[in-house]
Formats: sequence, C-alpha cells, structure tokens
Amino acid sequence: MIDLAIRCKNLTKVYPGGVSAVSGLDLEVRTGECFGLLGPNGAGKTTTIEVLEGILKPTSGQVEILGHTWGNGDRAIRERIGISLQETRLSEKLTVRETLKLFRSFYPTGISPEEGIELISLSEKTNARVGKLSGGQRQRLAVACALVGNPALLFLDEPTTGLDPQSRRKIWDLLRRFRSEGHTVLLTTHYMDEAERLCDRVAVVDHGKVIALGSPNELIASLGGEHMIEFSVANGSSSSSAPIPESELRSLPGVSAVRVDGVEITLTASEPHLVLPRLLERLGGNSGELTRLSIRHTSLEDVFVELTGRHLRDGDTS
Amino acid sequence: MTVTRPDEPPSTIVKYYPLKELIVARAKEFFREPEAIFWVYVFPVLLMFGLGVAFRGGEVEVHVDVVAGSEADTAARSLKSVDGFRVEVVAIEEARARYAAGKVDIIVEPSRGGYRYLYDASRTGAEAAKIRVNDVLQAAAGREDRISSTSDLITEPGSRYIDWLIPGLMGMNIMGGGLWGLGFVTVDLRVRKLLKRYVATPMRRSDFLLALMSSRLFFLVPEMVLIIAVGHYAFGLEVQGNLVAVAALILVGAICFAGIGLLVACRAEKIETVSGLMNLVMLPMWLLSGIFFSSERFPESMQPFVQALPLTQLNNGLRGLILEGSSLTEQWMPLLLLSGYGVLAFFLALTWFKWK
Repeated sequence: MIDLAIRCKNLTKVYPGGVSAVSGLDLEVRTGECFGLLGPNGAGKTTTIEVLEGILKPTSGQVEILGHTWGNGDRAIRERIGISLQETRLSEKLTVRETLKLFRSFYPTGISPEEGIELISLSEKTNARVGKLSGGQRQRLAVACALVGNPALLFLDEPTTGLDPQSRRKIWDLLRRFRSEGHTVLLTTHYMDEAERLCDRVAVVDHGKVIALGSPNELIASLGGEHMIEFSVANGSSSSSAPIPESELRSLPGVSAVRVDGVEITLTASEPHLVLPRLLERLGGNSGELTRLSIRHTSLEDVFVELTGRHLRDGDTS
Repeated sequence: MTVTRPDEPPSTIVKYYPLKELIVARAKEFFREPEAIFWVYVFPVLLMFGLGVAFRGGEVEVHVDVVAGSEADTAARSLKSVDGFRVEVVAIEEARARYAAGKVDIIVEPSRGGYRYLYDASRTGAEAAKIRVNDVLQAAAGREDRISSTSDLITEPGSRYIDWLIPGLMGMNIMGGGLWGLGFVTVDLRVRKLLKRYVATPMRRSDFLLALMSSRLFFLVPEMVLIIAVGHYAFGLEVQGNLVAVAALILVGAICFAGIGLLVACRAEKIETVSGLMNLVMLPMWLLSGIFFSSERFPESMQPFVQALPLTQLNNGLRGLILEGSSLTEQWMPLLLLSGYGVLAFFLALTWFKWK
C-alpha cells in the first residue's frame, strides 16, 4: 500500500447562497511527492486546498491529512503542516526576523528564524520591516513562515502568482530542496510551466472536479503527440472555408488531433519531421499564403484546452 | 536545508513561548505606529492643557455689546468703570452677528429709559453674565444693596473644573483604548487574512486573545500614569483616594472595554463596519457619560439609561476615588456593573467570534 499524505474522497463545498465551488472531488497525494492542482481561476482550487488545510469546513466528503481527520486531532495535524495562503498581509511593522520568530513560537519543533531567513536568501533583509519588502520578498517570507515549524506536508496556494522571474525561481528551488528531503508538497497554480517543472503529479481541476490526473508527461502523452504544429493561412478570396479540409489534415502521418480556431490551425503530432514536408507541399499549391508556422512541445496548457476547449487564463467564461 | 529534527536535538535548545512572542509582536507594532502613540499618549495631555486653560478658575471677563443709540454711552461708561467687562458699542445687526459667532456673551440694548438684554439662556454662563451686567447698570442708576455681601472665589485644587475633568479623560481613554486596541486591531488582522493565517498554525486561540488583552493593559499603564502625573504637576491635582484602589478600578474598566471592543469586532469583516460599530458604541458615552460636563445635566427621564452606560459608571467611580477619596468598597456599584458588562461582552464575543 502506498503511504498517503492526503486522502480526500467525494469532497463537495457549497457556499451560503448556493454557489458550488467543489463538486465531488477525489484526491490522493502520496508521501514525498509534489502534487499540483492546476486549473483556471474559479475552478475551485483555493476552496479545495483550504478544506484540506482545515480552514474551511466541507459540505460533504472525507478528508484525511497525515492519517488524521479534521475535528479530532487538529493540533496534531497543525503541528506537522505548513501553509501559505493565497493572500496574507503580514504585519508591516515587524521585521523579517521578528515575523519568523513569532511563527516559529507556535510550533513545538522547527528551525530557527535565522535558518528560515537563510532558506529564502533574505539574509540582508533580516532586520528590515516587512513593509519595506518587495512583493517577491514578502511571498518568500510567507513561504518561510510555512517552513519554520519543520512540516512534513506543505500547502501552497498560488505561491508564485504575480512574482518576478527571479523570485519564482527562488521559490521553486526552495520547494525542490524541501521535497528532496522526503517531504510532501501540495500546491495550486495556474501556471502550467510551474506545474510541469515542479510537480511529480498534477490534477487538472475544472468546475470543482478533477478532469485529468497523472504526471505532466503522462498527461501530455495522452494527447497522442509531443509536438504542436500551429499555422495560419491567409486565404485569398474566400476566407471562410478552411484552406485544407480537416479530414485531410487528420490523415497526415502521426497527426493525432486537429483543432481549427478561426484561421488558426493546430495539429498534435508525434513526428513533426514527417508532417511538415507534406503540409508545406500541400500549402504550396493554390490554398493561400502561409502567414504563420511554429512547432513547439506540447504543454499542460494544451491538455487543458483539449479537455475543456478553453485556455487556462480564460477564467470560467464558457 | 539545515533542519533540526526531534531525533537530532540542536546544540543550543531555544525555547519559544507563543504568548510572550504574541505580546512582544503586538507591543512592537503599537510602539512603531506614530498615530497610535499620538492618540493614546499625546492627545489626552493636549486635551487636558486645552481645556484646563480655557476653563481656568478665577473671575471670568464678560464680553458685552451695547447697541448704539442715545443711552449707549452711559451704559458703556458704567460697565467700563468696573472690572470684569469688555464693552463695545456697535449697531444692532453687528451685535447680533457677533453674538451668533460666540464673540460676546450678552447684548445690551437701551430702550425707553431702561435696558433690554438679549442672550440665550441655554449658553453656559449666560445667566451669570446677565446678572452681573444688570447689577452694574442698576447700581449706576442708583440702586443700593440692602445687605452687604462679599465674594471669595474657590480656586484651590480639588474642586476646579480641571480636577473634575481629569478622571473623565482617564475614563475616555480607557474606553477608546479598549475599543481600538481590541476591536479595530482584530478586524484589521481579519481583513489582512492574518487571523486566518494564525489559526492555520498550532497557535492556541486563547494565547492570541490573552496577548491582545494583556498588551492593551500594558499600554494603559504609561497612559494613566501620564495623565495623573501631568494633572498633578501641571494643574496641582491631588489624588484623594488610594492609588491601588484607583489602579484596581482602572483594571476592571479596561477589561470591560476590552470585552466590548472584542464584541464589536467579533464578526465584522470590513474596517468600515467596525468603525461604524465603534462610533455607535462610543458616541453616546462621549456625550452622556460625563467626560466634559456632568451627566447629571440630562433630564431625570434619561438618567436610568445614562447611569447604565459603562463609561458613566467608570467615570463616577474614578471621580469618587480620585476627588472624594472614597474607598473601593464604596464604589461597589461601578465595580459590579463594569465586571458584569465585561463578563457578558467576553462571553458573547467568544461565542460569536469569527476566526476564519
């Protein structure tokens, strides 16, 4: 049997007023893995993670954290988890060191404030007030507050949203080190590159449900090809008709999916070197001028688009 | 990552005390906020000086406008011949305008061989001004006193306005501190999601509340010492009662208002909401509870309500101890009521408190 850090079965959460944020979500996070909840804004990621953190009460469903359930043994769970909320404004009047010392005092064991400061490489800001820190530095401090209690399980709600690339990379490094010591991480994100780089497994969440689950590679492979060929054609006289019939595109070697979005056409292909010559040859005829052509690796974004017909950043508008 | 684990004890074991750290953090936040320092420590002293100077003892000069006319000069000359009047002869429109602006205490208009006095009897000191003006004008016209009388003004410490004011200022600050220090601070933490963040740690909620409470009581010590000390050294206030008894009543009052502050904040999720509620609670007490003027001035029918207000009780108790030198047992009523309100407020606040 696999050792589970988080077990969650048939979780639902309906807010007063009837808004259903989570509708029957199942989740199993194994000890020692970095697990990502990926989905657009409004998909129910924050509600899910806050139920798992014991901050929100679920409407129904079972949640087990490190072998305990919320409602009995809360303190035992709290002492072993670290949390970074999506939005916390730490006290601006306290210094970095004072903030970490305060959070450290809540836990029976843990690292020293100085060690925490070193972890987030903020040593030169040890005695600076939180109010004087940049957004990225504050977010790193929030992560350090989650780490001072030496947790076995770390919850991070959108840890890098809105951060500069340097701060993002520092947080990623921090999480990799934390995970390399055998600890578990659950994070939410709507950055697919973050999920691809950090997560061992990812659950794609939409409308409060898990719609796909697996390692980033498995999910990408499930699309049938590792490359995306995107092109568009300016179609001379009649712009409405596709330059090449969809059925013909589908029959190209190694093409597993075709998506037509206006004049933009996307092919999912396993072997672009076989598809491209045929495609260019076909376009060289009379079907119009090729205005754009690109080949890139398939990403989790494509998985999401394939599953929902929407982009991650579109929000919940469909 | 250098992490100390339970099975590998670190070379130096540092023990952390969450209650202590919460109090220290709160104290640092408070003393690093210049605005808080101003309102808690500077403002009451400024108020004391302002009011102490405006309402200082001794004879008060009466400002009189005499309406220009045939008899005006006679009246003005009579008033100017005695001390204590500042007299101007002006047109009736100007006199009314100056009265409306609060620049004069009374208008004297000569009419048909006599005088007409124009004043608003509800203004403080208006009746007294009229009597003094009338006495001078009657004497100038030949009235003689039937019996002789002399006036001795009481200016010794203990019964001046400033003596009466200082316990009221203390009560006002105890109320404001409790509501701001617990009410406003709690909602601010909730708005910033810091309350939610704390609750997500193993922090004991009782530690958090205890820290807010005790830091508030700790800030109160210099506050009260300052008011009494400035009162004593600048205005000659003498505390008649026992200082320990005064401290005990302050403590009970502070705990009561801390409870009310927490109650006001227990569910509010916006700063606007808690500000509104705080004003709703404090405004009636500012007006009715005898800070700047006695609550006995309100009609008999309002007295049950006025006397039931916690600040009225606190002010009554403080005046009893400081001005009359009564003992703590004689002040059983304020102690009982304040304790009762405090217990009730804490009970309701903790029942309804929203942590997340």
